Amino acid sequence: MYHFLILAAILFTIGLFGVMTRRNTIGILMSLELMFNAANINFVAFNKYIVSDPMAGQMFAIFIIVIAAAEATIGLAIVLLIYRNWQGIDTDHYSIMKW
Amino acid sequence: MIDNGEVGLAFWILSVVILGSGFMVVSLKNIFHCAIFLILCLSGVAGIFILLNAEFLAAAQVLIYVGAVAILMVFAIMLTSDLASRKIVQTNQNALVAFLACLVFLTSVVWLIRSSLGSGVWNFTREGLPSDNVMIIGKLLMTEYMLPFEVVSVLLLAAMIGAIVLARRERS
Repeated sequence: MYHFLILAAILFTIGLFGVMTRRNTIGILMSLELMFNAANINFVAFNKYIVSDPMAGQMFAIFIIVIAAAEATIGLAIVLLIYRNWQGIDTDHYSIMKW
Repeated sequence: MIDNGEVGLAFWILSVVILGSGFMVVSLKNIFHCAIFLILCLSGVAGIFILLNAEFLAAAQVLIYVGAVAILMVFAIMLTSDLASRKIVQTNQNALVAFLACLVFLTSVVWLIRSSLGSGVWNFTREGLPSDNVMIIGKLLMTEYMLPFEVVSVLLLAAMIGAIVLARRERS
């Protein structure tokens, strides 16, 4: 239990570092996937070792995977659109949301 | 008490693979190599799921993450960046600050896990999960988790339509 939680915490931190430092938008999305996976490991570990409702943790993890897939689809579509309009996907290229 | 479980050699190998490739994902210069290491990392997580008696989840992980999401990433990289031509700096100027912040975050989370697991408020079970977990998940999806299942289906449909609408070229 303890080992799995620590593993998930380190993986989450690596993802967090990636989100904060990457300049490429696709790199940020990939780091985001790492963080999703860390959360999933936590859910499944708790599901195995602390059972109150036998399958609740795994069901949650399944739904998280689905949400992550939807998020990746939309995110990458937006990245493509940005690339088409700005000819680059580095985060310092576009700041039209800032005012 | 801290429940150590009995983690075997498989756990250590998988952790090294996951953390190593995860670190590669956030630190390599070539974004395409990052995608390859992301695939390795996600496969390692599937292995961890098997260790935790979640075989269905491991299969879903391989199918959806490794098979779909990672390949989608590779497609997006191919479509957007001219990756072969240049080695650009991939990190921005606040890498050091981010590293320190992550260190603080990690330390506090580890401290939290230690103190929380040591406090004894959790009641650990020793019994394993039922082994026919695919069947149970199937039943639960059709009974108890019917509503979330339907909602998430609608969400996927919406995401699909949204992606098509976003990525479509406007005719001029």
